[in-house]
Amino acid sequence: MRWATRPGIHVDRAATAWLITRFVDPAAEFCYIEDLADVPEGATPFDYVGCEMSHRGDDVTFETFLRVYELDDPVLWDIGKIVHEADVEDGRFDAPEAPGFDLIIRALGADHTDEQVRFHSGVIFDSLATHLRA
Amino acid sequence: MLATVVTQHKDWVLLSYRIPREPSTPRIAVWRQLKELGVVQVGDGLVTLPKTVRNRERLQWVAARILEAEGEAIVWDAAPSSKGESKALALRQEQARTSEYGELLDAIQASSDPGIRTIQKWRRDWRKIDRRDYFDAPLREEVRAAIEERVEARMTNEAASNAADNNINNNTADNKSASSAAGAKTST
Repeated sequence: MRWATRPGIHVDRAATAWLITRFVDPAAEFCYIEDLADVPEGATPFDYVGCEMSHRGDDVTFETFLRVYELDDPVLWDIGKIVHEADVEDGRFDAPEAPGFDLIIRALGADHTDEQVRFHSGVIFDSLATHLRA
Repeated sequence: MLATVVTQHKDWVLLSYRIPREPSTPRIAVWRQLKELGVVQVGDGLVTLPKTVRNRERLQWVAARILEAEGEAIVWDAAPSSKGESKALALRQEQARTSEYGELLDAIQASSDPGIRTIQKWRRDWRKIDRRDYFDAPLREEVRAAIEERVEARMTNEAASNAADNNINNNTADNKSASSAAGAKTST
């Protein structure tokens, strides 16, 4: 299945792409399109303003995926807290790791393509999940 | 310094919106978000930020929230038709930040012997202002330096009082208990 999101991915989109490949669609392919209106037919858009799989109420896109796909693994929700605070910084969760995560993903973006950022941050999120589970 | 910064920011991103008075929860949430972002209010239901990719996205998320609450919202790429207007907007935003830094600086200067928790809180407050300080407002560096100076002073005091404790312990090694050493520490 194809998934589309905005280019210049940051923590919420990187984490959501990881979530998709690990828990929703192992064969996922991603494309990066600026405007929701230009997303090709057949691709599922996420994290666009005005698309279904996006921020909802207080939730960031990562949390929306957790809810919609009924992923109730507490480790994913813990990662969700970090992603939430890194993305919107609204103080809803106590996640002191968040600014660090924001910086790491932002820094990856400085000299990598979106696909590379997605890959490298995927390694980080894999290990984070393992670490939190230990 | 201001002039160079402002010429870089002649473009703005504008949010025009209307949100129902009731229910009040989403209305207050939106108001709070806009405040966090440090928007300049240019009219009734009209706010603006300097145009960056990030600010544009931030206002789009606020707009999405307003639409969810059955309000109306449009995000615009905008530029005032004169440079002077743009400069005035930047100045208003800068002044708002300067007064926030100023309040924090007052609190720092009023505190005589801040604990580490207080210092951490100042750092958090500073970062919060810094996040919405798009023009490196005056006092920014000054407040940061003031906080770090207090940290230095604290470290120096602690080192001095530890040294004093050690002296007492050494001089009175024969009959000294830990409790009197602790007493000596509080008196320094």
